[in-house]
Amino acid sequence: MTAIPKNASSRPSKRAPEVDTTDHSVHALTPYRVISVVLLIVLTILFIFPLYWIITGSFKTQQAVNARVPVWFPVEPTIGNYERLFQKPAFLWLFNTVLLCAASMGLTCVSASMGGYALAKKNFRGRTFLFSLFVCAMALPKQVILIPLLKEMAFLKLHNTLWAVILPTVGWPFGVFLMKQFCEGIPNEMLEAARIDGAGEARTFIDIILPMIKPGIGALAIFTFITAWNDYFLQLIMLNDTDVLSISLGIAKLQSELSTDYGLIMAGAALGSIPIIIIFLLFQKFFTRGITMGAVKG
Amino acid sequence: MIMAQTAAISQGMKAARRRENIAAYIFMAPSLLFFLGFVVFPMGMCLVTSFFNYTMSDFSFVGLANYQEMFGDAIFIRALINTIIIVVVSVPITCMFSLWVASIIYKMRQVNTSFFRCVFYLPVVTGSVAVTVVWKWIFNNYTGVLNYLAKNLGLIAKNVNWLGDPNTALWCIITILLTTSVGQPIVLYVSALANVDHSLVEAASVDGATSMQTFWRIKWPQIMPTTLYILVITTINSFQCFALIQLLTSGGPNNSTQTIMYYIYYEAFKLNRYGYGSAMGIILAIIIALFSAIQFRLAKTDNG
Repeated sequence: MTAIPKNASSRPSKRAPEVDTTDHSVHALTPYRVISVVLLIVLTILFIFPLYWIITGSFKTQQAVNARVPVWFPVEPTIGNYERLFQKPAFLWLFNTVLLCAASMGLTCVSASMGGYALAKKNFRGRTFLFSLFVCAMALPKQVILIPLLKEMAFLKLHNTLWAVILPTVGWPFGVFLMKQFCEGIPNEMLEAARIDGAGEARTFIDIILPMIKPGIGALAIFTFITAWNDYFLQLIMLNDTDVLSISLGIAKLQSELSTDYGLIMAGAALGSIPIIIIFLLFQKFFTRGITMGAVKG
Repeated sequence: MIMAQTAAISQGMKAARRRENIAAYIFMAPSLLFFLGFVVFPMGMCLVTSFFNYTMSDFSFVGLANYQEMFGDAIFIRALINTIIIVVVSVPITCMFSLWVASIIYKMRQVNTSFFRCVFYLPVVTGSVAVTVVWKWIFNNYTGVLNYLAKNLGLIAKNVNWLGDPNTALWCIITILLTTSVGQPIVLYVSALANVDHSLVEAASVDGATSMQTFWRIKWPQIMPTTLYILVITTINSFQCFALIQLLTSGGPNNSTQTIMYYIYYEAFKLNRYGYGSAMGIILAIIIALFSAIQFRLAKTDNG
């Protein structure tokens, strides 16, 4: 597994020496550190390789894809795979995915910031109980509840609609938990000052709380978006008809129908992953903060 | 006079108290609604249906029959063993690997730290389906890169059907699972290591501690809560390994990659045996809770 093809290693090496030099200038050059950094670069190549293989594979011709000697780079790139992909409802699948992620994100941010604020700053009866319930639920495997959830959605006539995926995503307590962490950082004096100034509950929340937890909402938004995008199991159970599929389900469908048409499947995989990777890279800072804040005092 | 005043004050406090309660519940209402409706209620229903023979045509109380069936079900036992192998192998490796990566990258320049953090997070963001389909190709018997490389390096004499061979399939799954599970722990460890109390580290180095000693005596205890959190989330994720199985092997060949989560899916959604599936789900939840409890206990004794 640790072997790297010559051609593949030449690709990220543009960055590799840069990492190496900065590292040496900052730290003592112990043998352990040198070996570690070399190993790290090898691992970097291994971790990037699947994505590289998806993207290059999606531009390969049928022959290049099925070659016994792997074609490391598509020398005669083709967009044929994408043409065939868009003969399927791939755009619709992508649109469905964006829609369900955006709706999950919006609803989660609103409900979680309100709930998190109440849990952090309001002293109400049943608070401890509710909070323990949230934490316990988070420790449980969420896929276990899919069977009754499917029945519930069928009963509500929401099965096979995007709502069947959105609602459980919003219900997942991680968001409330995360927003509680952020709200705890707000000084109580600010809330008292607002009360003395005669601000009502809604006013206080909108004018004081929301601006202060904006970074938290950003973290939660991006976290929810990415989680919803990749929640394959939930989508698989809830969505069946071709026109409500998400992009993940679409790729899986292509794979089950045309299992060896790797060019087409890679085109689908590229369509399903490139947008979310771009979003991740753009909002990386928020995202990292969301993950770390959610873990503090777990 | 004073009595009346205190009475009035306590009356006022009670009213304020009530207002606070009401306001709190109004703020809680949206999240509570979603949480109760789509998490707590189904969880309760899961427990209830596990005592029923629940199929497309039947819904009758059978007591513990589903649970009894499970322990006589050879496929379930196989799935349980495979799942435990996956957890026992992948959780420690994920943990140690991410700690190792984090310990190297957290001291680097900001740009480089972010770069490596992104690289290892990439498989998570790419999504289980996209990652799985490309790995399926890499493992392919005829056109896969792995066979080509392994043959050229002299590791294997002829092509291996990695996913079709009961001896290798589960290890392929574990390998992919590892690449998709180290991302989050690395992020967590990087921030935990950066938050280690520096005065202690400096004091230790003044006292002549080696960097290894400093790490295990000073830093390791301080990042223990993070380690614990990582152990718990990695365990939960490994137990729930599903997409990889469904898309790569469907539990085969010969049930060698059958896991509990996939078997639940198969029984409940392919054979429509909802009651039996729910019972397995309950057992899975209990097993996960037990594993988490053990990890907490171990971490505590380790610390003390």
